[in-house]
Amino acid sequence: MKGSTTRYLAPVLSAAVFIGGWYAIRAGLPTEKQFMLPWPHDVAQAFAENWQTLLQASLNIALGAAIGLCSATMVAVLMAILMSLSGFIRASLYPHLMALQMMPVVALAPILVIWVGPGLPSVSIITFIICFFPIVVNTTQGLISTDRKLVELFALYRASRWQQITRLRLPAAMPYFFTGLRISGILASIGAIVGDFSAGSSANDGAGLGFLVIIYGAQFKMAELFATVISGCLIGFVFVLIVHRVSWFCLHQWHDSYERSDS
Amino acid sequence: MPDPNSSPCAVEITDVSKQFGDGPPVLTGISFGTAPGDFVAVIGPSGCGKSTLLRLIAGLSPLSRGTIKVDGFPPGGDEPETAFVFQEPTLLPWSRVAANVELPLRLRGVAEAKRRQTVQICLERVRLGDRADAFPRQLSGGQQMRVSIARALALEPKLLLLDEPFGALDEITRNHLNEELLALREHTAWTAFFVTHSIMEAVFLANRVLVMSANPGRIAHEVKVDLPYPRTAATRETTDFHTIADKLSRLLHSVEEEAKS
Repeated sequence: MKGSTTRYLAPVLSAAVFIGGWYAIRAGLPTEKQFMLPWPHDVAQAFAENWQTLLQASLNIALGAAIGLCSATMVAVLMAILMSLSGFIRASLYPHLMALQMMPVVALAPILVIWVGPGLPSVSIITFIICFFPIVVNTTQGLISTDRKLVELFALYRASRWQQITRLRLPAAMPYFFTGLRISGILASIGAIVGDFSAGSSANDGAGLGFLVIIYGAQFKMAELFATVISGCLIGFVFVLIVHRVSWFCLHQWHDSYERSDS
Repeated sequence: MPDPNSSPCAVEITDVSKQFGDGPPVLTGISFGTAPGDFVAVIGPSGCGKSTLLRLIAGLSPLSRGTIKVDGFPPGGDEPETAFVFQEPTLLPWSRVAANVELPLRLRGVAEAKRRQTVQICLERVRLGDRADAFPRQLSGGQQMRVSIARALALEPKLLLLDEPFGALDEITRNHLNEELLALREHTAWTAFFVTHSIMEAVFLANRVLVMSANPGRIAHEVKVDLPYPRTAATRETTDFHTIADKLSRLLHSVEEEAKS
């Protein structure tokens, strides 16, 4: 049990040290710069006073991130299967996917706003674009790296192309897929917040954390800004936890990245 | 499950050569025929093309010249059921033991009830009936190889091609598996080609041993092993066994010397 005590105690301790350091720095700031950094308890108070706004904004972000990440996962896996079929398809699609990843989403935002309207539709699409690439690249790599001996085994048993994909290549690509999904899971909430910052809308309680950043920023509400940032971190954390949990569920019994269970 | 009336098949290899691209020939002028039920061991120095020969018989690789007929059919077509056992267990790591054995049956669209029955029988034959729910990584190397053999037997093959299947195992485990492999032939007979580096293994298993030489790979000698089946651990203690093993050892040595000069 010592191991798990350390595991839960260690982050709590480091957080305490961090907050302590924060107090120390704030206490040491000269008067004219004190507006730059709120006290930690000011941030806590900002949470307490604005929790409904922050919660609503966080949920809006989580929704956009979830829609973007899920649709990116589905499309990326289908695209990866397509690209694994032939080198020609890979060569013709890959540069365009790279271009998609390099697209400056902030510049894309106004175009999306005109096309699909501000708020959730734009935020989801921006998240999709940000999350898509890591999944498609890793999954494609996994699909084409299948153990050659297993491919021969399937050939010996005259497996159809479809059987080879569903029973061999896809499961073999799972660890690669999850490597991509973990990266995208981290990017999803960031993507949604950036999307909301540049294409968000406050109509119908649709404001997300990005939109709040603009409002609080304009009003120099430092404690509220900090509270917004921390909310964003928390959403990201939830997404990462979910992705890790799903990954564990799919891989822990057989893949070497998880400890061997005693049998 | 295995139909006791099914008979093993005959393999006819005529003047087979193989080269990869413009490279030097890997195999030249291989001609060899088996009677149904022969257990043929293939030994030779590394690089003599013995694994390539096995892959040609399996239809995994096209011939450069000559013909191979399995019961009259070219490999990779309508030949009788052939199973291949690789050097490594080559199991699906994400599938449990039972699902691994079931794989060939699933790929062929065998009905579920029949599949379950066959898997159970095959696993019991390799003494792993109680490990059906384990994942491959929970098994030892020897157990993984037994799963691989159970999978090979699931489709009741008439021809079994084994490419150094026990090469990575320790000698005690290997001897056990050799005995089990022969015991499996008591249930259903198949014709077998067994590539190995071990003279002991070749003599213990086979009724015919092919000694190959390298550069280019060809059949240098054939030695008949007249030890009666069923063979057991005690067979290894007999004088006849050692006489044949010594003879093979000399032949293998001369083939290697020849390759050096």
